[in-house]
Amino acid sequence: MALIKNGELADDPFVFVDDDAALPPNGAVIVSLPLWQSSRDELLQRSEAIGLVLNSDQPPGLIGDGLQQLAVIALEFPAFRDGRAYSYARLLREQYDFRGELRAVGDVLLEQLHFMVRTGFDAFEIQSDDPLADFEVAAADFSVWYQPTADGRDTALELRRRQ
Amino acid sequence: MQMIIASRLVDGRVVFMDAEAGWPASIDDGVVLDTEEETERLLVVAEKAVQNCEIVDPYPIEVVVENGERRPAEVREAIRAFGPSVRTDQLVESE
Amino acid sequence: MYRYDEFDAKLVGERVEQFRRQVERRLAGKLSEDQFKPLRLMNGLYMQLHAYMLRVNVPYGSLSAKQMRRFAHIARTYDKGFGHFTTRQNIQYNWINLEETPDLLRELADVEVTSIQSSGNCVRNISSDQYAGRAGEELADPRIYCELLRQYSVLHPEFSYLPRKFKIAVTGSPTDRAAVALHDIGLRMHRNDAGEMGFEVLVGGGQGRTPFIAHTIREWLAPEHVLSYVEAILRVYNMYGRRDNIHKARIKIIVNQMGIDKYRELVDEEWERIRDGALKLPQEEIDRIDAYFAPPVYETLEDLTTELDALREADTDFGRWMGSNVVAHKIDGYSIVNITLKAPGRIPGDITADDMDAVADLADRYSLGEIRVSHRQNLTLVDVQQQDLHTLWQELDALTLATPNLGKLTDIICCPGLDYCNLANARSIPVADDINQHFLDVDRLALVGDLTVNISGCMNACGHHHVGNIGILGVDKRGKEFFQLTLGGSSDEGASLGDRLGRGLPQDEVPGAIEAIVDRYLEVRADGERFLDAYRRVGIEPFKDAVYGATDKKAVA
Repeated sequence: MALIKNGELADDPFVFVDDDAALPPNGAVIVSLPLWQSSRDELLQRSEAIGLVLNSDQPPGLIGDGLQQLAVIALEFPAFRDGRAYSYARLLREQYDFRGELRAVGDVLLEQLHFMVRTGFDAFEIQSDDPLADFEVAAADFSVWYQPTADGRDTALELRRRQ
Repeated sequence: MQMIIASRLVDGRVVFMDAEAGWPASIDDGVVLDTEEETERLLVVAEKAVQNCEIVDPYPIEVVVENGERRPAEVREAIRAFGPSVRTDQLVESE
Repeated sequence: MYRYDEFDAKLVGERVEQFRRQVERRLAGKLSEDQFKPLRLMNGLYMQLHAYMLRVNVPYGSLSAKQMRRFAHIARTYDKGFGHFTTRQNIQYNWINLEETPDLLRELADVEVTSIQSSGNCVRNISSDQYAGRAGEELADPRIYCELLRQYSVLHPEFSYLPRKFKIAVTGSPTDRAAVALHDIGLRMHRNDAGEMGFEVLVGGGQGRTPFIAHTIREWLAPEHVLSYVEAILRVYNMYGRRDNIHKARIKIIVNQMGIDKYRELVDEEWERIRDGALKLPQEEIDRIDAYFAPPVYETLEDLTTELDALREADTDFGRWMGSNVVAHKIDGYSIVNITLKAPGRIPGDITADDMDAVADLADRYSLGEIRVSHRQNLTLVDVQQQDLHTLWQELDALTLATPNLGKLTDIICCPGLDYCNLANARSIPVADDINQHFLDVDRLALVGDLTVNISGCMNACGHHHVGNIGILGVDKRGKEFFQLTLGGSSDEGASLGDRLGRGLPQDEVPGAIEAIVDRYLEVRADGERFLDAYRRVGIEPFKDAVYGATDKKAVA
């Protein structure tokens, strides 16, 4: 499993803390939604980065206060067919103005990376023999886009208007 | 009696397993299986063909033999083996 | 017609190459079938009973003669010489080779045709009225919004992995030829009290195992908001639609489960947030797309009804065809001509490569090069001069494409059924053929009048049996094919689902049952009312009795 962040291979500084485990004294941690909801204050007082992982049935509206302090939000794809996280990603970027790392985890297929990039993901846990090369190919699948998202790309409509 | 039917990956055509784990297109060239054990054994071998990207979706079908002619027992499998039951005279092989 | 600009062409070309890479990965074993399946479905490629089946989009039913010729070429080069027009205005090929498909798609892309999202859990082909832009009664041309929605939905990054398929239809006429009430989203153009043109938005319609007529989620929506409102509907569906059971995953299920009021609440909440954002349509963009659908330059012609009436008197065959297949055009001196693909002996909706070329040729010579596909699996030439009608009819007749049965009993909607389809329980095509053979008498067809017969080979209802005046559903009963009849369905602006008539019948009893229903209708008909109206007036009992008889007590359900 490799982590691609901002188009490059990256190490993952975050340690996942189980719901029934104690928070380690130091280090970047990533927790589930229930643990976030029960230990929010404690987590926000940590000096290192904190992160949250959402399952596919946990929309971002459940995060509540402290969202902007999260360094990373990971959205799970339990099966690649489960497309809820694409909406969650867009809501996080466009409704909640989340600026941190938005990471795709779980059943992430190379074929989906392009759509994930467009909906606001900037980090990906992928299975591949050559993750960086595969990412670069997949992310470049298309150079024309019809739909506006928060990814800053010009849509075909915008390009047409400029002609 | 049973045979193993599958779809060839590259062109989706119906194929039947033969005794050498080959996949001919004609029901006459496939192997007829008389026991459950044989069917189970061949299905395991068929999985290798799936892994090798030769075929997809192998499964056993009941066949009857009448006057030396093999015919699947179910309408659906007969249609797979012999083609649509309608207007076959209209069909022309592609160039 | 819409024409690709450099952006459309580039996107479609990139899509073909993406699929080429995916096919290579699949054949090399780098993708499993499970991983590859959604990818090939989003390019319209199914694994079917005989081979791969490719479904190609005909966007809102609009086709040029050039594109039709390419369809013929595809049929000859990559298939067995014919194609099948479907109930969503698409065309299907049944003997496709996976390895050849990228090249096939490239050849389609060259004439601005795609198979993108013709299947998969995404937004499918936007369907519409085959008379769009031409019918006298039309309030507004739906094709503009179909094209806007098509571009909006193609390769939408957020909505490519919905809980299930998503179908949108648009109508601009009071007579709904697009069956909008049977779609996931239906858009019905009309004027509000202030006289402004806009959309009634319907949501949650659909057939299949659990049919529903759509609910109105919004009475009137300004055109500038159509994309953002659709986005809000899709986002709520994507987030809350059921993913636990494939048979409960359509939007119709969630809308009816939570109720339209609750669904509307969720949509409106989301829509309020985004309505003034990047999806708001500037008038200049609406106008820009509108320009593609500007009417052609018509000649100034006299209306020739009197002359045509004389011709009809003199030639009863021509007269019958005029009466059933030819419809008024909004411009004097022009007509709309329907070509049914339902002649006796033809498979409903099927057309050979030679006939595709012939229709393309007729379109070029008689109808300004454009062809429409209707959801009833027929073709339409929308700009035929009245003075050409007789010669056109003669040419069509020579091709056996002049059967005067539009909207009549033998204009049967019929899915491919067990002869072609993996999902089917029964063969539908032989049933359609049987019925056709029993009703060869075109005078009798005219006497019976408008009567839709829709046949599906399984509960997925691709043959639209729920909304046929007579619906026929093929079922498997203990390994044998049986057919259940329903009566009183309708897909137009007064949409209704059919009522079950009684126990399933074996195939050889179906034509007799249809004859009994027709005979009973002719007995009870008042003032020449059509079948559907007679049924709604007298109810199901007279027809139950006619088919199952007073002596067959078991059949009275």
